[in-house]
Amino acid sequence: MMKLKVAILGTGNIGTDLLVKIQRSKLLTCSIFSGQREDSPGIKMAKSMGVNTSIESLRAVQNDPNSCDILFDATSADAHRIHAPMLKKLGKFTIDMTPSSVGKMCIPIINMEDCLKAKNINMISCGGQDTIPIVKAILDVHPETQYIEIVSHIASRSAGMGTRDNIDEYTQTTCDGIRLFTHVPKAKAIIILNPAEPPIIMHNTIFAQIQNPNLKLLKSQIISIVNKIRNYVPGYRLTLGPIYENGHLTVMNEVEGSGDYLPKYAGNLDIINCAAVEVAEEYAKCRLEK
Amino acid sequence: MDDILIIDSTLRDGSHAIRHQFDAKTIRAYAAGAQLAKIPVVMVGHGNGLGASSLQLGLSKLPDLQMLKIARGQLQKSKLGAFLIPGFGTIKNDLAGAVEAGIDVLMVASHCTEANICRQHIQYGIDKNLQVYGVLMMSHMLGAKELLAQAKLIQNYGASGVILMDSAGALLPADVIRKVRVLVGELKIDVGFHAHNNLGMAIANSVAAVRAGAKIIDACSRGLGAGAGNCQLEVIVAVLVRMGYKLNLDLFQLMDNSEKIIAKIMINPQEISAVSLTSGMAGVFSGFAPHARVAAKRFSVDVRDILIELGRRKIVAGQEDIIVDVAANLAQKKKIRGQDNSIEALI
Repeated sequence: MMKLKVAILGTGNIGTDLLVKIQRSKLLTCSIFSGQREDSPGIKMAKSMGVNTSIESLRAVQNDPNSCDILFDATSADAHRIHAPMLKKLGKFTIDMTPSSVGKMCIPIINMEDCLKAKNINMISCGGQDTIPIVKAILDVHPETQYIEIVSHIASRSAGMGTRDNIDEYTQTTCDGIRLFTHVPKAKAIIILNPAEPPIIMHNTIFAQIQNPNLKLLKSQIISIVNKIRNYVPGYRLTLGPIYENGHLTVMNEVEGSGDYLPKYAGNLDIINCAAVEVAEEYAKCRLEK
Repeated sequence: MDDILIIDSTLRDGSHAIRHQFDAKTIRAYAAGAQLAKIPVVMVGHGNGLGASSLQLGLSKLPDLQMLKIARGQLQKSKLGAFLIPGFGTIKNDLAGAVEAGIDVLMVASHCTEANICRQHIQYGIDKNLQVYGVLMMSHMLGAKELLAQAKLIQNYGASGVILMDSAGALLPADVIRKVRVLVGELKIDVGFHAHNNLGMAIANSVAAVRAGAKIIDACSRGLGAGAGNCQLEVIVAVLVRMGYKLNLDLFQLMDNSEKIIAKIMINPQEISAVSLTSGMAGVFSGFAPHARVAAKRFSVDVRDILIELGRRKIVAGQEDIIVDVAANLAQKKKIRGQDNSIEALI
């Protein structure tokens, strides 16, 4: 079967985990894995897998524009802001893994079709991918909800320099994403890097201020959305709720990763990377059918 | 003897003790009192900083910006400061507004192993001409060498100082001396200390920090703070004066602020309860205690067992939602095989 060629920029945790996932894809093949340092663990791993690598970052693609159809940018928010206009010129379908907020925000189970029409889509953040579908399910049942708060806990070891350097954008973009997809008047996103050893599994809490929640309907809607997410993130599970106390609803979930690049605690890599691969595969299907 | 910079965090960290319910009247009165006492820096806001008013940590009575503006109105000579933990507040939603409200000082805090999440906010503060300090929380969890590596990051980002926070009140004076001495010896910037009183060591530890070369002491009127409370401002000032430090502060005014303003708003006396003592022993964040109490009641387990388990799991500030999970697990375990916690668990 024909495969669509993808380039991955950025060889940190996100980029390398993406590479492992794409190697498994029936629709995608990684034609270039491009970073900045020859000695990065990601580059070494790619080489051992026989993948074509470069340390010229975006220049590698600019020098050989036909090397890919899809480009994943897993560098940093600042770098993506610089890359975005160049990528536009190159005309590559771009999936931005950084919280740069440049492209169209994408949650595959909510707005996949619209995203396939865009040229640059933004995967928001791992916390956003995890919580926004649940928040949307809550708002669909209770559109009168006034306030949403989400708390994402990720293991320190799963947060690379990109995440740390961009923690402000990460927090802001997650918050903006919640508001964009649900129109809730007020939202707050909190991210906590947890240094515990052994590392904690990624888990998330969603709070919603609601007057008289229809718990039965909420539960069934949330379970249905969780099942949809599990189609592309098998390790996603509901761990608590919805429960209601002191005027607010609480839902908790956790994500066990598939252990592709980092061990299974790093569900935060899976939730965003699986979503990104889902969009890339859908794009590839459309392109290959033509 | 050289001066020690006294930072008054009553209107920030003290808010934990009153469930973040500082009202306009108290902020106005206390800020005015602090200036009368010639306090150089007055910190104001939610106990966990800008943007931290939340269901997760507790909602403030007043928004951060309103608190800052009220205090700003009272402070002409004293500087106004805000606190921020990256991952809670953001530049756009919180910090930019605080700068506009007229803060002079910014503290950017992270868990002691995660200083590299502070770069963006430290540099933003410097760009806005603020005096910026980095804060390493839960500093009992790292040895002196590892703390130094984290403190050096803060120095590299351009901060004017680094403050070690004994968030759990778990340190003893000898630990403080060891850690502060290494930092003072190796850093070009000032070192500070923020104590908690779980083991009754807040004053002793602050004195130890100063003896080891710390130039900044962070304290709260009447010790107002989470759990057993913080280092009691008027007491540490009196002690430092007795030690021979020339602090240009009005001690009687500090006492009056404590008696006439803070004493009146306290919900409970700032004493070392069994729960606070246990959290000091277990090395868990003092702010967990009220959440643990609620969870203990709900699941009919001993709150001390929850705290010990939180210590074992190395839960860090901001993970208040895990407390429910821990309590539920303990309740389940208790059902299966009864109580099994022994004192060894603490050591």
